[in-house]
Amino acid sequence: MNTTLQQWVDQPYRHGFVTDIETEIVPKGLNESVIRMISAKKDEPEWLLDFRLASYRRWLTMEVPSWAKVSHPPIDFQEIIYFAQPKPKKQLDSMDEVDPELRKTFEKLGVPLHEQKVMAGVAVDVIFDSVSVTTTYKSKLAEVGIIFCSLSEAVREYPELVKQYLGSVVPASDNFYAALNSAVFTEGSFCFIPKGTKCPMDLSTYFRINTEGSGQFERTLIIAEEGASVSYLEGCTAPRFDTNQLHAAVVELVALDYAEIKYSTVQNWYAGDENGVGGIYNFVTKRGMCRGVHSKISWTQVETGSAITWKYPSCILLGEGSVGEFYSVALTNHRQQADTGTKMVHVGRHTKSTIVSKGISAGRSDNGYRGLVKILPHATGARNYSQCDSMLIGEACRANTYPTVEVRNETAIVEHEASTSKIGEDQMFLFAQRGIGQEEAISMIINGFCRDVFMHLPLEFAVEATKLLGLKLEGSVG
Amino acid sequence: MKLLEVKGLKASVEGISILRGVDLEINAGEVHAIMGLNGSGKSTLSKVLAGHPSYQVTGGEVLFNGQDLFELPPEERARVGLFLAFQYPVEVPGVSNSAFLRLAYNTIQTSRGKDELDPLEFDDLVRERIKVVEMDPAFLDRSVNEGFSGGEKKRNEILQMALLDPKLAILDETDSGLDIDALRIVANGVNSLRSEHNAIVMVTHYQRLLNYIVPDFVHVMDAGRIVKTGDKTLALELEERGYDWLRAVA
Ligand SMILES: Nc1ncnc2c1ncn2[C@@H]1O[C@H](COP(=O)(O)OP(=O)(O)OP(=O)(O)O)[C@@H](O)[C@H]1O
Ligand SMILES: [Mg+2]
Repeated sequence: MNTTLQQWVDQPYRHGFVTDIETEIVPKGLNESVIRMISAKKDEPEWLLDFRLASYRRWLTMEVPSWAKVSHPPIDFQEIIYFAQPKPKKQLDSMDEVDPELRKTFEKLGVPLHEQKVMAGVAVDVIFDSVSVTTTYKSKLAEVGIIFCSLSEAVREYPELVKQYLGSVVPASDNFYAALNSAVFTEGSFCFIPKGTKCPMDLSTYFRINTEGSGQFERTLIIAEEGASVSYLEGCTAPRFDTNQLHAAVVELVALDYAEIKYSTVQNWYAGDENGVGGIYNFVTKRGMCRGVHSKISWTQVETGSAITWKYPSCILLGEGSVGEFYSVALTNHRQQADTGTKMVHVGRHTKSTIVSKGISAGRSDNGYRGLVKILPHATGARNYSQCDSMLIGEACRANTYPTVEVRNETAIVEHEASTSKIGEDQMFLFAQRGIGQEEAISMIINGFCRDVFMHLPLEFAVEATKLLGLKLEGSVG
Repeated sequence: MKLLEVKGLKASVEGISILRGVDLEINAGEVHAIMGLNGSGKSTLSKVLAGHPSYQVTGGEVLFNGQDLFELPPEERARVGLFLAFQYPVEVPGVSNSAFLRLAYNTIQTSRGKDELDPLEFDDLVRERIKVVEMDPAFLDRSVNEGFSGGEKKRNEILQMALLDPKLAILDETDSGLDIDALRIVANGVNSLRSEHNAIVMVTHYQRLLNYIVPDFVHVMDAGRIVKTGDKTLALELEERGYDWLRAVA
């Protein structure tokens, strides 16, 4: 085993601190009265409470999915705190004011909450445990008719929109964790881009889990009307705890005629220690519906954290000529497990999808790509191209791919390419023999391996992803 | 001036002893050829000198410019002017050849106290140097060695030599895999890089390379030792008689 490589992937987690802030929680455990309590705390309308309760009842009838290649002790859903909200130390003057303690936390995480300091031209919705802390640039976006706020606020201010779209792409009945999320979701972001509007800046949400024992159940809803376009970024971190924490999110995207949604994630939840103690269980349902003709939804993800990742950002290509894309980098180390991939369901004619997946596994980790390309009978002229590459670092890790293709229209063209490689000693030696130090060599090899994905990240996030690699590289050579 | 002194070098891989006492001296301005049967240890010697981590040095010493070579990690050996053209160049998917060449070039330049080149300046330089091996500049935009033919990989190695301007270049079977025209081109390229300040070691099985790059010394390796050293006529004799007569001696 190449020690440098191992040192590089073994970089300590930089976001593992806990913010000392008084927190208001709903007692752990899940039952109808907990759901009513969450709904009451959020002052929700009746229809939403009904949505939650119906989802809860549905969830009770469902089984924990067992098809993914991940293993963990059974989760005790009665041991989880479903709602945690930071209590401000002093009375704040306005809704928009942020507790200084929280402000400091996010500054430490590199997410300053002052609009002036925020990465140039990116609006951020900041979510801490179960609540949204602040949303920047809200009023500026409102000038062009864009709604960008927390989901709770959207429920208050734009109930009709939320009612129309919530659960329309991922119904509660979709899967076990989607049902759970639908019952107890606490916060998330809401974006609405009206007809013909190009969002003038990237929108982003930063998720932070802070309270031990709490779960995070965010729910994000993005709607792009006819001819609208938006680029949305999602980042996440959590403290280092010895217990596992559940993160079961649902993200729904809707693209109408000629609309375009680009959704990018850098996931850096706490991954547990080298023996697999602690870390986030990241069980997420993300799906986009290309409802309109020539609409386009593009998922780009860089998954580096979490003890277990179970996540398949997908596209339903309904509209004629619609396009779905999935670009993914998943890095696992130690005992991390990732079972991630995508589903592309071609319903409409001349729909197109592209899948590029890069898995990097190190330590004793398990890294799997699972994909489904489904061409339905009406999808005449549908096309898919898939490419799945795995890179192994060391001897004890595993990489698997489970691509499934179902073609029910004979005019479809489906292509699949796969490769497995190793950062070998010989590659490292080539760099050394040309005078290049180990850190630079590894970073160049990994960046090269991920290039087809990184080039699809918005500039701000490409920098972020490179920084994440940089952070992991720092001090790795003694 | 003595550039390289190898004295009683022993090395092993995974506990198997491969080099069993190699002695070799190389002065600036010289060209040496190392020949010998498959598996006799020629590549092992090259890689041990360059510092490949799979090999353990178990005895002897090596001075490079009077400095203990084994004190230096592999990248430092490259920076002080030791270059190895690999027998089997590895592919590095996704890493553009030009970015790789520029990083290597700038690293070596920096270590020599010279200025780095920005991408545009480097592009001018590399397009100039690439003429040495008559390679199509399109190879600069491809990933390092990925999908290169055997001969193209070898030319890419010599391009690196041309850029990095080493004091001692070890060319491990650079001739194998080259077609007849390419052999001539690459050999001429190597000749154009020769000077009284540097030295070249060619590991080869064939006389035809030595027709183009005429060696001052020819060494024969067998079972981890240099068993015979002669001038360029030794290579011709080997071509005629094979290795058996030497093995009997050893
Ligand atoms: N990593 C390794 N593991 C096991 N054996 C090795 C390793 N590297 C080299 N050897 C052995 O060492 C011996 C010398 O190998 P080496 O590659 O140096 O030969 P060579 O003289 O370059 O041969 P060729 O002319 O075929 O290139 C061979 O028997 C080879 O099998
Ligand atoms: Mg050899």
